[in-house]
Amino acid sequence: MASVMTWPVLSVVTFLPIVGAILIYLSRGDDEAAQGNARWIALWTTLITFAVSLILVMRFDPSNGDFQFVEKAPWLAATINYHMGVDGISLPFVILTTALMPFCILCSWKSVTKRVREYMIAFLFLETLMIGTFSALDLVLFYLFFEGGLIPMFLIIGIWGGPRRVYASFKFFLYTFLGSVLMLLAIMALYWNAGTTDIPTLMHTAVPRSLQTWAWLAFFASFAVKMPMWPVHTWLPDAHVEAPTAGSVVLAAIMLKMGGYGFLRFSLPMFPDASLYFAPMVWTLSVIAIVYTSLVALMQEDIKKLIAYSSVAHMGYVTMGIFAGTTQGVSGAVFQMVSHGIVSGALFLCVGVVYDRLHTREIAAYGGLVNRMPIYAALFMVFTMANVGLPGTSGFVGEFLTLIGTFKVSIPTATFASIGVILSAAYALWLYRKVVFGELTKPALQGIKDITFREGLVLVPLVILTILFGVYPKPVLDMSAASIQLLVNNYAAATSAVKAAALLQ
Amino acid sequence: MTITTAGYSLLPVLPELMLAVGAMVLLMIGAFNGPKVTGLVTTLAVCLLVVVGAAEIMLPAGKHVTFGGSFIVDDYARFLKVLAIIASAVTLILSREFLADQSRRIFEYAILVLLSTLGMMVLISAGDLIMLYLGLELMSLALYVVAASNRDNAKSTEAGLKYFVLGALSSGMLLYGASMIYGFTGTVSFAGIAAEAKTGSIGLVFGLVFLLAGLCFKVSAVPFHMWTPDVYEGAPTPVTAFFASAPKVAALAVFTRVTLTAFPGIVVQWQQVVVFVSLASMVLGSFAAIGQSNIKRLMAYSSIGHMGFALVGLAAGTQEGAQGVLVYIAIYVAMTLGTFAIILTMKRGGQPVETIKDFAGLSRTNPIIAFFFAMFLFSLAGVPPLAGFFGKFYVFMAAIKSGLFVLAVVGVLASVVGAFYYLSIVKLMYFDEPVGKLDPMRVELRTVLAVAGLFNVLFFVYPAPLVSAAAFAAKSLF
Repeated sequence: MASVMTWPVLSVVTFLPIVGAILIYLSRGDDEAAQGNARWIALWTTLITFAVSLILVMRFDPSNGDFQFVEKAPWLAATINYHMGVDGISLPFVILTTALMPFCILCSWKSVTKRVREYMIAFLFLETLMIGTFSALDLVLFYLFFEGGLIPMFLIIGIWGGPRRVYASFKFFLYTFLGSVLMLLAIMALYWNAGTTDIPTLMHTAVPRSLQTWAWLAFFASFAVKMPMWPVHTWLPDAHVEAPTAGSVVLAAIMLKMGGYGFLRFSLPMFPDASLYFAPMVWTLSVIAIVYTSLVALMQEDIKKLIAYSSVAHMGYVTMGIFAGTTQGVSGAVFQMVSHGIVSGALFLCVGVVYDRLHTREIAAYGGLVNRMPIYAALFMVFTMANVGLPGTSGFVGEFLTLIGTFKVSIPTATFASIGVILSAAYALWLYRKVVFGELTKPALQGIKDITFREGLVLVPLVILTILFGVYPKPVLDMSAASIQLLVNNYAAATSAVKAAALLQ
Repeated sequence: MTITTAGYSLLPVLPELMLAVGAMVLLMIGAFNGPKVTGLVTTLAVCLLVVVGAAEIMLPAGKHVTFGGSFIVDDYARFLKVLAIIASAVTLILSREFLADQSRRIFEYAILVLLSTLGMMVLISAGDLIMLYLGLELMSLALYVVAASNRDNAKSTEAGLKYFVLGALSSGMLLYGASMIYGFTGTVSFAGIAAEAKTGSIGLVFGLVFLLAGLCFKVSAVPFHMWTPDVYEGAPTPVTAFFASAPKVAALAVFTRVTLTAFPGIVVQWQQVVVFVSLASMVLGSFAAIGQSNIKRLMAYSSIGHMGFALVGLAAGTQEGAQGVLVYIAIYVAMTLGTFAIILTMKRGGQPVETIKDFAGLSRTNPIIAFFFAMFLFSLAGVPPLAGFFGKFYVFMAAIKSGLFVLAVVGVLASVVGAFYYLSIVKLMYFDEPVGKLDPMRVELRTVLAVAGLFNVLFFVYPAPLVSAAAFAAKSLF
């Protein structure tokens, strides 16, 4: 086992994309050949990163709920270290990130033609920052990765985005920045309380009740914006719509999960009393998000905007499940995040396919695609059904688990949230009917071609994963089970005193 | 271990003596050979600064006090002097092109910068109010002249005059405050004042407020900031770079030393002043910069805001706070000098361009400059993992520890507002269409940009040296 310890797998996975970015930077020139090189280097880098990250899966011990692959090195002064590690909650997100990045590169193969080198460099940096966010075990380090991601994403939306890209990129940056700086202050307050920013230590340090409330709110400000929860979700539709396809995929599939991950990693274990106290508020906001944004989605005329609103609704299930604090609720939330990562990412890729052909995202511009694009129609249908939460697709498992997890603690919340299941069927099927079915009458669609080999290469693996996790969700659930159990037990133990006190009164 | 050099030893002032003598020798070289040796004098001045900086580092370790307590050399002074010397030397390097111009071959420029630096060093080491005033005036008088050094330009002359009149006013206030403090404590030495000033008698507080007003003027903190945008805009760009870096270091250094060592007994009294000044500077700096179209004016408001952030650390009034101030100012100097290296490069067809719109599309025409500039801007906004974030991190950390929650919250919110105008420049460079290629970058500007830029981008990899040096320096104040 000694050789295992001498090889810092996690850091290699985290920083490998930067090596690729440097290679792209060194291959100078801006002609066709240089652009091609940049694409291939980026693809290979993401593929190798994915391959290395699979080593993490193989060596991961799912029966152990603690942090694994831990690396620690001195960094900022004595108490703030470079501390990395993953447990069952973060590993799925690391893999989700490394697995989706090659698809992001592939889907930009033809659609991005200007400033290809910079584009690939931005994506590779973003990958490092995202993996780092999920594997940092020090709050300051976490903040560094978490916030650092704003820079490449700001540039991606702003340079390669749609017509309103400037507005969208500023809104994205400032909204997220505003939430995060408050979290930074809470991180400092935690530091002075415990004398460290080490996450595993802080998870076992009791925080005074008054500090818990404020710190919880500050962390909530950051994660609720990132998630995004109603009513601070308004940056998301703009950012999604204006971002290039791969940018939307990364935003929906991975960056939104940072919020949910933050709730699981910080809010529940570090501020259990405050989490219990604020849980009804979170449930209310979640239910509003589920019902209200589903209704809003019904009214959209833009395909990407519709999917963006459906993301907000699906994230509502996640926050609801997390703050239910039950095993089913939390594991459902984790599963829902992974599943949503695959499904919403795939939906944006599907939109990208038709957008590359027609250069419009208006629902009204499409119709009858099934006549000319049967394979596309079939693939798109699988993802639509997964978005609806049809049993047999991955979308069902997460929604179902979060609902039963919440049912145990709050029947009204679960009941209202169930309405969302119906509404999501309404908007998703409506979208599918408008775009795919019907007569193919629009002249612009007459010559449209079915998906190419490259596009198939992107979508087919995602279809397989969607159905696989739908009928056999065990791999993801098993991977996270021990860590979630530990989290839920600690949460129950920490809050039992408060609950007992409430009963006595 | 503290070594106190008793009495009137000259060893602790050796670097200052070297700088004074060297400056006079250079003056002679210039005076006897005329304008044709401007380049040589500038080069020698940079060398002299390097030697003085090395001498400062090589002074025996520990705390030295001389001239009966009016001159102190401790880790704090050493840290800040080296920083101020680096800033001055880099400014001289940045000024080479400005001085190479036929019509402006003024060798006095380098000597004035040297004398001003001497003033800064005295200021940083000041152990009583007399030494403080001497240092401040030596620094400022040289600065007034340098501001007007482009003497055929009306704006430059106006800047010099404006700076002089307002500066003289603030010196008057400072002197008035100092005399009141002397009147109520019977001593001018910081240690003596600290021993006397246990309770905030009304006269002492009046004196303190006047003293702080004078210092606020020098660091350009609100409400004594009015001169900053005009002087920054009017002065020749290398001079603006100088104003934005070295004098800020010295002024902030003495601000911190006076408040922490002379008035530890009446923290509550000065803390509220510093909290207000800091809040007002952060907010005004952030909001007023939004409307600016000239990059130098924008940098002026930006520096007002940044002084506000640095003062957050001082407001904490603790050792952590002093460390935060030191980390902040060091990083601020690097960011500022790098940014000015870029502003100095902004020339098209030999003519300098100064409006923000001239940055449009820079990422297409000059990708490396644009990249570094974007990183400086993100850093100034305080976005991790860039250096500027760590500066903010340490000052706010201290503020949170001292329970200044309102200050901290307003401060971070102001930094979000500030992010808006920094981002608008990034937007111009990266999202907009180019307006034309810049002239090739001069080699010395390129070097400065590369060093400052890499420091800014890679600081997070190995932050420990600066952070622990600042911790040592802060410790020597307490």
